[in-house]
Amino acid sequence: MDLDDTPEQADHRAKVRAWLGEHKSQAPVLQGPGALEDEAEILAARRAWQGKLAEGGLAGVVWPKEYGGQGLGPIEQVICNQEIARAKVPGILDAIGVGMLGPTIIAHGAEEQKTRYLGPMLHGDEVWCQLFSEPAAGSDLAAVQTRARLQDDGSWRLSGQKVWTTNAQFASYGLLLARTDADVPKHKGMTMFIVPMDAEGVTVRGLRQISGEAEFNEVFFDDVELDAGSVVGGVGNGWGTALTTLMYERVTIGLSGEGMGYTPARFAGAIAADEHARRDPEVRRQLGEIASELTAVRFTGYRTLTALQKGQIPGPEAGLAKVTIVNGAIKAGDLLADVLGPDGLEESGDLAYMISFLPGLKSAGGTEEILRNTIGERVLGLPPEPRLDKGIPFSELRSKEGAPA
Amino acid sequence: MNLALSDEQEFLREAARGALSRHKTVAAAREALDGQDDALPDLWPMAREAGWPGLLIDEEHGGAGLDAFDAMLVLGECGRVIAGIELLGHLPATAILSDSPAASSLLEPLATGERRAAYLPVCPPDDLEAQWTVDPRGGAGRSPAPTATAADGGVRVSGELSFVPDAPGADVLVGVAMLDGRPVGVAIEADAQGVGVEAVRRYDATRSLGHVALADAPATLLDAPEQSLAGAWHLAQALLAAESLGAVETALDVSVAYAKERHTFGRAIGSYQAVKHSLTEVLRQLDNGRSLLYYAGWARNGAPAEFPLAASASRSVGSRALDVAARTMISVHGGIGATWEHDAPLYFRRAQLSRRLLGGTGRATDRVAGEVLTQAAGA
Repeated sequence: MDLDDTPEQADHRAKVRAWLGEHKSQAPVLQGPGALEDEAEILAARRAWQGKLAEGGLAGVVWPKEYGGQGLGPIEQVICNQEIARAKVPGILDAIGVGMLGPTIIAHGAEEQKTRYLGPMLHGDEVWCQLFSEPAAGSDLAAVQTRARLQDDGSWRLSGQKVWTTNAQFASYGLLLARTDADVPKHKGMTMFIVPMDAEGVTVRGLRQISGEAEFNEVFFDDVELDAGSVVGGVGNGWGTALTTLMYERVTIGLSGEGMGYTPARFAGAIAADEHARRDPEVRRQLGEIASELTAVRFTGYRTLTALQKGQIPGPEAGLAKVTIVNGAIKAGDLLADVLGPDGLEESGDLAYMISFLPGLKSAGGTEEILRNTIGERVLGLPPEPRLDKGIPFSELRSKEGAPA
Repeated sequence: MNLALSDEQEFLREAARGALSRHKTVAAAREALDGQDDALPDLWPMAREAGWPGLLIDEEHGGAGLDAFDAMLVLGECGRVIAGIELLGHLPATAILSDSPAASSLLEPLATGERRAAYLPVCPPDDLEAQWTVDPRGGAGRSPAPTATAADGGVRVSGELSFVPDAPGADVLVGVAMLDGRPVGVAIEADAQGVGVEAVRRYDATRSLGHVALADAPATLLDAPEQSLAGAWHLAQALLAAESLGAVETALDVSVAYAKERHTFGRAIGSYQAVKHSLTEVLRQLDNGRSLLYYAGWARNGAPAEFPLAASASRSVGSRALDVAARTMISVHGGIGATWEHDAPLYFRRAQLSRRLLGGTGRATDRVAGEVLTQAAGA
């Protein structure tokens, strides 16, 4: 058991650290004194910084060299992430594109698509968004209703709605899962498309959440025309292509490490500063339990990395760490608000924002309930819930819903 | 970065599982509860044959020279079959002695298991409690650590320790006493004058416990550093965590198997979300506990300043996981899970007693808070 770098990894870390030392002055300042405030300015600065990171070899580390990546392993990506965090500079803007969508195109895309899209994606010149979830298709993603219809000339017409779309407000392209055949069972009739976000008929609307801010968007498609070359991975293969994206989502979470920033240290400061709270047995019990679980997640991350290094792909059990992190952070927010009183809920504060943000995060990437179903079935081998949608053409499912089982 | 088990560690674990499988430990646990005092097999000879008594003693003194994490692997296997082997008491004692050059002559018979040691658990100070303390016989307070006075070349130790794991039948008791207000390591021959060990059995018949009374008992003064004396407490926490998590594995396996075969309303009960989610909750806590064992196993030598946090967190999560796993095991099995004939009550009893030993789960959880708060205050 060893948490240290190998000589090769140490060498890589030293190179990354040296690069950051040389270039960090060019990184955008997003917090504290001198922080950028104008949204457009922030966006431009972060795009430019992503380009710098890509040139320095700190972005797309695991991408093959032929597409502008470094052709290295996940551990080298983690080293970059750690060093970026250590240097206190922002990471890449388009983590979704570079971490999940790019690898999907690399795995399933046509050569022309790879040549056309991957370079600008990696350098932040064109930001991407993931157009999978819909108002009635989230945890049950294969229920997507957004419809793409093939035209006589080989082009497609797209209509429907997507939701929870991060970065859609400034994305150039989206990777979209659409239904192309409703007369086959639901997992079979889907196709993945590349959609230009500036196409006629695409409308992006910010979706405000509890905090009042719009973290996500809704995206509407009204008879949008897509050319024949926009299909990724073949017509009717959308589900398999989507599974690749979701697998890279787990990898990305696994590589982000350190509990998505919800570390015990982040919560302990306010309690340590309160002479009464730090001695209160009930506060300490809660803090101890929360800190134990959040500390565990750090080492779960190292275990995931060990598996990745050995070429194993993280399975659904990686979702358990997400459950621990989100619920731990929710409890921590609750505890801090108890200690700080109503001032803990001051709108402008980090704590109020976190308290507002977390209830939604509980459902991000699949609700906790569906995660527990998947883990129970795939990891523990428990029998699945009986399903009413197996083998039935998608077009007939609607009429079955609401019918007695 | 590599947290994978080495081939040697895989072998150690498989060998332990194989050796333990030759004994009917679970059935014996029930028979012992039924009053058959000779039901529990003496597993110490098996432990000796496997080399477990010397796991933490270096090869120079006849041990295997392995790490805390290796010991945790063995304890995990013991926990899986709720085997009563006196390692929880023996191993932390050997850890203190290994750090005491003055006592190196004691090591060899302990490494081979010819003699058995028991650790006298004395809890080191934390951010709120400045004193070294011991578990009280009852109640929520803490009791003072034993005291030592200098006497003819050695020391004499007085004090009382309650519910000491594996004390009955141990040849030598190793722990901490206060000498002129400073903690020192002491080794006391169990048959010396002034030493009383009263065997006690509580709720889980597989757990050997003893109340130890020391009245001017002659002791060898050890030269282990203070960090080693505190480290033994934390090591015991991590070993108990490993043992608990081993029991969680069995409780989960048995519950999952039953949830697949038992049908109600025409479906396997494991297909119901209510059952499935409670079992994934056990898996979640088990997985968190495993991660913390890696942390504790690594930190003991890799980051000693973090060992108190890592070991306490593993204990906190491990003990709670076993409580939840045992209760889930009972409820998944329905009424039958609460009957004497079923194994679930044995795991439940193991959980309930383990939670209250070695400072209790609450004390471990509180130390996690204390460590985190101290770090935050210093940041």
